[in-house]
Amino acid sequence: MTVIEAQNVSKRYIIDHKKGNAKSDTFREVITNTFRNMFTKGEEDEVEHEDFWALKDVSFKIEQGDRVGVVGSNGAGKSTLLKVLSRITEPTQGKITIKGRVASLLEVGTGFHPELSGRENIFLNGAILGMKRDEIKKHFDAIVDFAGVEKFLDTPVKRYSSGMYVRLGFAISAHLEPEIMIVDEVLAVGDADFQRKCLGKMKDASTSGRTILFVSHNLTAVQGLCNKAMYMQKGQLIQMGETNLIMSNYLSQIQKTDLQVTYSNQNEAPGNDRVRLKSVKLVPNYLDNQNHLDVRTSFKIQIEFWNFMDQANLNISLHVNSLTGECIFNIGTPSIKFEKGIISAECEIPSDFLNDGSYSLSFMIVKDTASVIYNFEEALIFEIEDYREGTVWYGKWPGYVRPKIEFPIMQLEYENAI
Amino acid sequence: MQETVIEAGRSEKHYWADIIRFRELLWILAVRDITVRYKQTMIGVAWAVVRPIMTVLVFVFAFHKVAKIEDTSGVDFKIIVFTGVIFWNFFATAFQQVSNSITGNANLVSKVYFPRLLMPLSSVAVPLLDFFVGFIVLVPFLIYSGISVDYHLFFVPVFLFFAFMAALSLGIIFASLNVQYRDFQQIVPLIVQYGFFICPVAYSTSSIKELSWYPFYTWLNPLAGIIEGFRWCLIPNYPYFTWDSFLPTIIFVCLTTIIAIIFFRKRENSFVDYI
Repeated sequence: MTVIEAQNVSKRYIIDHKKGNAKSDTFREVITNTFRNMFTKGEEDEVEHEDFWALKDVSFKIEQGDRVGVVGSNGAGKSTLLKVLSRITEPTQGKITIKGRVASLLEVGTGFHPELSGRENIFLNGAILGMKRDEIKKHFDAIVDFAGVEKFLDTPVKRYSSGMYVRLGFAISAHLEPEIMIVDEVLAVGDADFQRKCLGKMKDASTSGRTILFVSHNLTAVQGLCNKAMYMQKGQLIQMGETNLIMSNYLSQIQKTDLQVTYSNQNEAPGNDRVRLKSVKLVPNYLDNQNHLDVRTSFKIQIEFWNFMDQANLNISLHVNSLTGECIFNIGTPSIKFEKGIISAECEIPSDFLNDGSYSLSFMIVKDTASVIYNFEEALIFEIEDYREGTVWYGKWPGYVRPKIEFPIMQLEYENAI
Repeated sequence: MQETVIEAGRSEKHYWADIIRFRELLWILAVRDITVRYKQTMIGVAWAVVRPIMTVLVFVFAFHKVAKIEDTSGVDFKIIVFTGVIFWNFFATAFQQVSNSITGNANLVSKVYFPRLLMPLSSVAVPLLDFFVGFIVLVPFLIYSGISVDYHLFFVPVFLFFAFMAALSLGIIFASLNVQYRDFQQIVPLIVQYGFFICPVAYSTSSIKELSWYPFYTWLNPLAGIIEGFRWCLIPNYPYFTWDSFLPTIIFVCLTTIIAIIFFRKRENSFVDYI
């Protein structure tokens, strides 16, 4: 059953570019400008209106029980779409039909009043989110338990730590029981342990047949939680479909860093009169249906350079650095005697080796294994995306390396056998 | 299953049903305003008693003792002032709270949907409670002045209703304008300040009976009829109120209510874009 159907939904904002002193922010200015324009015919006080379409002809259908992740860069219209769907603002054009009760969580703790106690705020926030008093009473203990604020129930929330505040806010929303849930970036807050709790709760909600619309920049969470995804760009819906397909298309779009740097003209290439860089390439060995680098992808690093020296013993020392500048590993080629011409080197970085993140490649060309001829710093920058399955933990995977090491676990003895 | 259609400029069919459906939220917002009011105070709700008494004492001193205003009908001046003050306070605070209700709840407007009309409606709770407290405080004053109320007392809710509707509808118009033009935030206190002198709060209409434009007075100031009507309910044989003179008030309140609803409904969906 289709629960949400959007047809050509557009939302326009009018941006005023004001020339001269024709600002009309206050009523007085509107009046004075109107009068002035009546006499001066508005020669100098022109206000240019520019239409800005935050959403443009967005159409889609969402079936009952779908968990839809909305991805896109900043300003793609994701939040505007959620606002239109949750009836906070109305579309300029188009039509949306929604079947069922909608709860939107655009912020945790919406409407919390700082002077009221935690207990009073649970009822206030619950009612704002559309819960009936009886429902709140029914879930009250569970909410308090989930948030872990038993001791501070009668303290005004203005005295809460920001963590407690957020936990209480999320705990209330987690106990909503609407048919359709609209969630915006809730995972941006709270510590790792709490995030895990939240995602677990959302997963529970989705298995109970609820429809979820979820905006997040945590792509791992989207991948883990959602069965469908929408990719938005500049207010338009680019693609909607199975999460894995959409995510890999989206990631290949945002992996904007080129995976190769090539110089055809020797004079523009970095280097000196002895060596010059010709190219650095990163060649991924994509798995089936893959079009971006993730932790499962192995890749080759290929380096070519011009050598202007005769009879030189040369080797390359390659550094892979994190973006903060720490060296993750350093490898070197054997030192070999070369003549003038183009020299190439290649190595293969295995899959399941580097963790997700951004890395830079730097390398030195070394003569006689001792003197550095030239140091090519940050010759190439690349990103590795995350991929994981079989876990409900969606926070950042720690560490620089992510080896796949066999780690068996088993039960050694049974208690009643002792 | 409930079906919702979202469309540009669509007048929601279920709007009024939605208000009924959200009545618990209305109640909770009202309770919030009342509880928050006296948080972190030492004497708490007693302020609701202290404030009107202080106001009356100061006004009696200023208008009666200093400015020598007398009431020709021979009614105790304290009662004239007290009845005027609790009614005016109700109207003035309700009007002020309502006109700030949308901008004051900006965080709700931009984050969650509910019928926006709940915000102005719920903000009348505090002034309404103050009115009832003031009314109870008035009782010993009436007894002290030797006034015994008659069946007219049962008309109090009628005048309260009109004061309520006048404050609410005017407030709603200002609240909608205030979203876009914060100038109205500055205008509202001025209206309240001037209104106090223009309306028969600290005097009764007996003081202006001799003026040539007196026959049109209630047409010029529709709120005057409500205050004089309230006095008529409590003071037996109060001479300055007739139902004819109440007609302008009825017309005025009906008009502002209709304008307020049309105005608000037209603008409420775009509040979030301007707030």
